[in-house]
Amino acid sequence: MAVTAIGAYEFAPKDSVDKFPAPLLYVCWEDHKMFCSPFAVPFPPTLKFGDMCKGAFPGIFGAHPDFAKVDWDQTQWFKSGRPWRPDMDKTLAENGLGHKDVIRFRTPGLTGLSGSAF
Amino acid sequence: MDIKVNKKLGLKERYNLMTRDLAWTPTYQAFKDVYPYMQYEGIKIHDWDKFEDPFRMTMDAYWKYQAEKERKLYAIIDAFTQNNGHLGVTDARYINTLKLFLTGVSPLEYMAHRGFAHVGRAFPGAGPRVACLMQSLDEIRHAQTQIHSMSNYNKHYNGFQNWRHQHDRVWYLSVPKSFFDDAITAGPFEFMIAIGFAFEYVLTNLLFVPFISGAAYNGDMGAMAFGFSAQSDESRHMTLGLEIIKFILEQDPDNLPIVQHWIDKWFWRGYRVLTLVAMMMDYMLPKRVMSWKEAWEIYAEQNGGALFADLARYGVKAPAGLAQACKDKDHLSHQAWNVFYNYAAAAPFHTWAPSEADMKWLSEKYPDTFDKYYRPLWEHYAKEQKEGRRFYNTTLPMLCQTCQIPMFFTEPDDPTKVAYRESDYKGEKYHFCSDGCKNIFDHEPEKYIQSWLPVHQIYQGNCFCPDVDPSKPDFNPLAEVLRWYKITWGEDNLDYADSPDKKNFEQWRVQATGN
Repeated sequence: MAVTAIGAYEFAPKDSVDKFPAPLLYVCWEDHKMFCSPFAVPFPPTLKFGDMCKGAFPGIFGAHPDFAKVDWDQTQWFKSGRPWRPDMDKTLAENGLGHKDVIRFRTPGLTGLSGSAF
Repeated sequence: MDIKVNKKLGLKERYNLMTRDLAWTPTYQAFKDVYPYMQYEGIKIHDWDKFEDPFRMTMDAYWKYQAEKERKLYAIIDAFTQNNGHLGVTDARYINTLKLFLTGVSPLEYMAHRGFAHVGRAFPGAGPRVACLMQSLDEIRHAQTQIHSMSNYNKHYNGFQNWRHQHDRVWYLSVPKSFFDDAITAGPFEFMIAIGFAFEYVLTNLLFVPFISGAAYNGDMGAMAFGFSAQSDESRHMTLGLEIIKFILEQDPDNLPIVQHWIDKWFWRGYRVLTLVAMMMDYMLPKRVMSWKEAWEIYAEQNGGALFADLARYGVKAPAGLAQACKDKDHLSHQAWNVFYNYAAAAPFHTWAPSEADMKWLSEKYPDTFDKYYRPLWEHYAKEQKEGRRFYNTTLPMLCQTCQIPMFFTEPDDPTKVAYRESDYKGEKYHFCSDGCKNIFDHEPEKYIQSWLPVHQIYQGNCFCPDVDPSKPDFNPLAEVLRWYKITWGEDNLDYADSPDKKNFEQWRVQATGN
């Protein structure tokens, strides 16, 4: 049994995709921990990956002085910690992203405030 | 005529007569129906009479002691209130530690009251039952005296008024709340290891003492008084925690692996809650007692080390997460305070970037890490704030499924890399901040897939007042969540520098000390 209980204990998970306005995506900008944690954002699966980076990310990451220097063509991506190459022109769904996937990006040369990873 | 004087009863006789002898074995009902929670956790107890209560306190003596302490406590609180004692604290920044305590810790005292009442009823042994009854009463008394002594601040400062409402709703309060809900929904034996042993015995010195010493160092007689009043109870609680674990382990060798798992789990759960204490000690106290790192070395490494060396004869090993926690001591408080600095709009207390003098202290206390990793961040924030751009993060963070803390913790051997752990369960993905939290989930996934994660609940639309209208053009979801939290914008939240608390405190202090 997957829980120690006095009787049957089975419930639907609290955070299944049907309960959200859109699948939840977790996003982190490596070496920029000024944003204290990765973000959780419900993005429509029809959103183009490039539009997420260039349209949505400025509102999320724009407060960091490094953000203006980001070159999206040079960015390295990771999905669940493994290197991964998204297609900027395809949608999130076409890129294989689903509910509660976690992606991270590294921007070579940009390592935070005074190189502190913040 | 000779007067016959009955001999006064000795402590042991009194205890036996008024505790053990008041118990009985049920005959009208089956034993397992009267004590239905004794089997399912797998713990085997053969003889409840083997439990020894070293305090041997009886209920009649208990009431007398507590009543006397109560009288003294309220005399001090009254004096503090009547003399406007709140104006004697070092600085109004200090008062934010009380807001953190009242919203995060006092509700746990109440839950401890309920928890010990429940397990006391569940245990067939008279010794532990009475000890749990006393602790249950202590805990409700602690909750009440804390609320009373802090209510005085509610007359003068913001952020105290909705602590109970907020405990069930606000994002960071789901951390202590879920910790205790996890314990109280476990079986009676696990609860005793979770709260009685792991928390009261191993970790309480890192929760209670820093707050109470912080009060003493910063001139808060009110909060200090309830701490001292609770202290004699705490030693009894610690003894109960230690005796119960020894008792369980002595009863049957099969109990050891179950208990070891609970020690690993509850050390880690408790340690994660202490994150709030770490940042309080290093960043929130205007006059600091000691650094988090120093406190960790004394209370966890030295005292905890001695405890587990002593328990080794039962086959118990030190908690699995201890080594990682020791590595984290150089980083924890700095990383945690950044979370609250980020989300200062969404908490009912103020945050601030440390001053030059604060940073000098932090550099001295953390020579290997502060200047290298953390100073650039605070200097950047200070500069931004000076130019009118105080940084407030407005995007919601990813949370750990188990501890529910934003995923800010870094890899044990690389403080620049956020730690990620993942599990799949029945087709769903779950994310964790650490091996400790992942292991807890993997052991009992059915329990933790029910976690009420504040960020997910906000996105699911469950954190708005009933009258909200999301179709309105000016609908602002974050403002609406704060309304549901009962956080008043500009009064309870945001940076200390801009707070009415700061302005009022300074003005009152001038009035109190001159014409």
